[in-house]
Amino acid sequence: MDTLLEMKNIKKYFGEVKANDGIDLDIQRGEIHAILGENGAGKTTLMNILYGLYHPDQGEILIKGEEVQISNPKVALHLGIGMVHQHFMLVPPFTVAENISIGLEGQKLYKLDLVDIEDRVRELSQKYGLEVDPKAKVSQLSVGVQQRVEIIKVLYRGAEILVLDEPTAVLTPQEVKELFIVLKNFVVDGGTVIFISHKLKEIMEITDRVTVLRNGTKISTVHTKDTSEKELARMMVGKEVLLKYEKVETKKFEKVLSLKDVYCKNVKGLSAVNGVSFDVYGGEILGIAGVDGNGQKELADVISGINEIDSGEISLNGQNLNELSPYERICIGLGYVPDDRRGVGLLTPFSISMNLAIKHISQQPYKKYGLLNHAYIEQNAKEIIAEYQVKTPSGQVPVSNLSGGNQQKVLLAREISCQPQALVISQPTRGLDIGAMEFIHKTLFRKKSDGTAILLISSDLDEILEVSDRVLVIYEGTIMGEFIPGLIPIEEIGLMMAGVVKKER
Amino acid sequence: MMGLNVSLFSLLFLSGWIASSIRLMTILLLGSLGAVFTARSGITNIGIEGMMLMGSFVAVWGSYTFGNPWIGVLLGGMAGALVGLILGVLSISVGSNQVVSGTIINLFALGLTSFLSAVAFGTSAPSQVPSLGIVPVPLLSKIPFFGPILFQHGLLTYFAVCLVPVVWWIMYKTPTGIIIRAVGEQPEAADTLGISVPLVRYSCVLVSGFLSGIGGAFLSLGQLSVFMENMIAGKGYIALAALVLGKWSPWGVLGSSFLFGAADALQLRIQSMGLLDIPVEFLQMLPYVAAMVALAGFIGKAAPPASMGKPYIKSR
Repeated sequence: MDTLLEMKNIKKYFGEVKANDGIDLDIQRGEIHAILGENGAGKTTLMNILYGLYHPDQGEILIKGEEVQISNPKVALHLGIGMVHQHFMLVPPFTVAENISIGLEGQKLYKLDLVDIEDRVRELSQKYGLEVDPKAKVSQLSVGVQQRVEIIKVLYRGAEILVLDEPTAVLTPQEVKELFIVLKNFVVDGGTVIFISHKLKEIMEITDRVTVLRNGTKISTVHTKDTSEKELARMMVGKEVLLKYEKVETKKFEKVLSLKDVYCKNVKGLSAVNGVSFDVYGGEILGIAGVDGNGQKELADVISGINEIDSGEISLNGQNLNELSPYERICIGLGYVPDDRRGVGLLTPFSISMNLAIKHISQQPYKKYGLLNHAYIEQNAKEIIAEYQVKTPSGQVPVSNLSGGNQQKVLLAREISCQPQALVISQPTRGLDIGAMEFIHKTLFRKKSDGTAILLISSDLDEILEVSDRVLVIYEGTIMGEFIPGLIPIEEIGLMMAGVVKKER
Repeated sequence: MMGLNVSLFSLLFLSGWIASSIRLMTILLLGSLGAVFTARSGITNIGIEGMMLMGSFVAVWGSYTFGNPWIGVLLGGMAGALVGLILGVLSISVGSNQVVSGTIINLFALGLTSFLSAVAFGTSAPSQVPSLGIVPVPLLSKIPFFGPILFQHGLLTYFAVCLVPVVWWIMYKTPTGIIIRAVGEQPEAADTLGISVPLVRYSCVLVSGFLSGIGGAFLSLGQLSVFMENMIAGKGYIALAALVLGKWSPWGVLGSSFLFGAADALQLRIQSMGLLDIPVEFLQMLPYVAAMVALAGFIGKAAPPASMGKPYIKSR
C-alpha cells in the first residue's frame, strides 16, 4: 500500500466552535477507511474541506505527496476526489442524466448531448452494479436509488477517492448490503473509499482502517482487524458505553392505549393506515417495526389527533378519543414525540424555557395575573435542563442552536413532564449519537417502570429489538405480525417488513 | 345592438386588435423573458418595473443626446442591467428579502428617473426625439390579413418574439440552461459540482435587467417617442404576472404576455371607439383584472423553481 492522501494539522473554526482542531489523516491507496465520530465531532467538516466546500483556517492537504489547494469542488473532482453527501445533492425535477450533466466539462456549448451521457451512465451502472435508469426523473426514485445516482455522478467525473457521508442512514438492510458490494467492487477496481459513519457494526464489517474523531480532534487511527466495537465506542464517546441494555422486567398494568380497526389517510388523500388494531399496556414498550413510509407517521398522527380518523376507534383508559382535539388528548394523558422534532415537535426559534412551557402556557403557575410568569418558567427549565443533562449555557438559548440530541432531550422532557399515561414516540433516536441515544432509551425504561404505556415507532430495527417488550411489524398500513424480540429469527422479521409474510396474531 | 356586434367582430377590428395586441405585448414579453432567467436561477425579480423605467428614460436621453434611437435602446438596456446589478447585490451578495429589495428598487427608479428627467430636459421636455419606426417585413407584410397583423412591427417586437425559441433552447437544450435551472432548484447541488451560484445568478439578473431595459426603451422610443414620469405604470408588474401565468417558461410567457397585451389593446379600442358607455378608468383596469383572473384560475399544477426567492449564502 502507498499513501494516496494526507491531511495535516487541519484547523477550521466557526466563530467560537472548533470544528476541526488540528486533525491529521492519511489514506492509503485501495483501502476503505472509516471516519468515526459522534455528531459534532468534525467528520463532515473535515470531508467538506477535502472536497473544497470549506476552506481550512490552517493545515495542508497532500495528494500523492504533493501539496494541493482545493479551493472548490471542481478542483477536488479534478484531483479525483468525489463526495456523496448525507443529504443528497440532486435536482429533483431533473432526470438522472441531466443531474449528471450539470457543469460537466467538455460539453458542447450550444447543445446538451444527453444520449452520450446516458450511454456512459449505463456503462458505469453495469460495471459497478449500480442499477439506475438514466432517463428516470430523480424525484420519482427511492432514496436508495438516488444514492446510486450520487455515486455514479462522481464516478462519471473520474473519482478515485470516494467520500461517503453516513451513506447507510437512509437505506434498508438489503440496500446496505448492495452498497457494500458496490464499494468492494470499486476498491478491487483500484478505487479508495472514505466512509463517514457512527455505526460500529458496519464499520467493523466493511472497513480496513478507522480514524476516530472526538470534539474536533483525532483520537486515533486503528486497523479494523485489531479493534472491537467496544473499543471503538469507547474512543468515540470518551467513556465506557453500553452496547446492550439489560431488559427491565416490569409487571404489566392495565390496558391503557387501545386501537380498534383504525383507518386513516395521508396528506395526499391516499389510504395510509388500513385497519390497525392493538393494545398498549401500562409498563410496556410496544415497538412498531417497518421500513419508512409504511404508514408509521400517519399512525402516530392519528393517535395524537393531528390526522383525522376515517373509521375505527382509538381509546385511552377506556375513553374514546375519536372526537377529541389534540389538545384535549394531551389533557387526558397522551404524550407525543413526533418524528420531525425540528419541524413539528419544537418551536426552534423559541428558547428552551418557552418550549418546555408551551403546553401549559395558559395554566397556573406558568401564568400569573394574565401574564407569563417568567420566574417560574425559567426555574422550571433550569430543573429540567439539569435533570436531562441538556448541554446549553442557559434556558434562554433558542432550541435551534442545540444539537439534535439535545433538542430531542428537550422534546422528550416536555412530553414526560406532563405525566402522560400513554406516550407515542416516533423515530426517537434518528440522527442522534450513541450518548444521546443511550440517554433517550434509559428515559424510556424509567417511564416504563413508572407504568407508562409506550408506543415506540422506529424504522431502526436494532433499536426496536433492543428496547421493545413486544413488537408489531407494519407494512403498507397493515400489521403483518407480532413477536417478542429474540424469539424469532431476524430473517422472518425481514420478510414481514417486506410484506412477503403475514402472520396471524 | 346588432350593429355593435357586427362592427366588434368585423375582420378589420380583429386585425387591428391583434396587431395592437402584439405591439403592446412587446414590453411585457421582453420583461417576462428576462424574468425567466432570474426565476430559473432562483431569484424573485420584483424589480422589472424599475428596470423598465430606467430603460425608458435612458433610452430617450440617449436618443436625444446622440441623435440615434438605437444608441438609446442600447443605453436603455444597459441602464436596466445596472438596476439588475443593484438587485443582484441586494439579493445575492447581501441576501436581503427579495420582494422588499425589488419593491424598493422600483420606488428608487421612479424617483431617480423623475429627477434625472427634470435635470436633463428641464420643464421643456423635448416633445419628440429620434424614435424607432415600423419596419414591414418585405413580401410577408403584403400577405392579406396576416401581413399587417404579424409583419408590420418595430424591430424590437420581432426581436422579442424571435428571442422566445432562443431562450427556450438555452434553458432546456444547453449545458448552460441545465446549470441555470440547477442553481434555481437546488443551489447546493450546483455548488458541490463546483459551480459558482453567485456568478450564475448575477449573470441572470444582468440579462433580465438588459431585456427589461430594452422593453422600457421600446415603450418610450417605439410607441411614444417621449419620456414621461412613471410611464411604465405597472407594466413591469404585469410582466411579472405574465411570468407566473406562463409558468416560468419562454413559450408560456409568450402566451401570457400576448393575453395581457390583448386585454390592454381591447380596452384601448373600446375607449377610442367610444361606443360603450363605460368610464375610462374602468377600462384601464381591464389588463389588471385579466391578470387577477388568469392568476387565480389558470395557475394549475406547475411548481416554481424550488429555490426561487431564497438567498444562497454559506460560510466558507
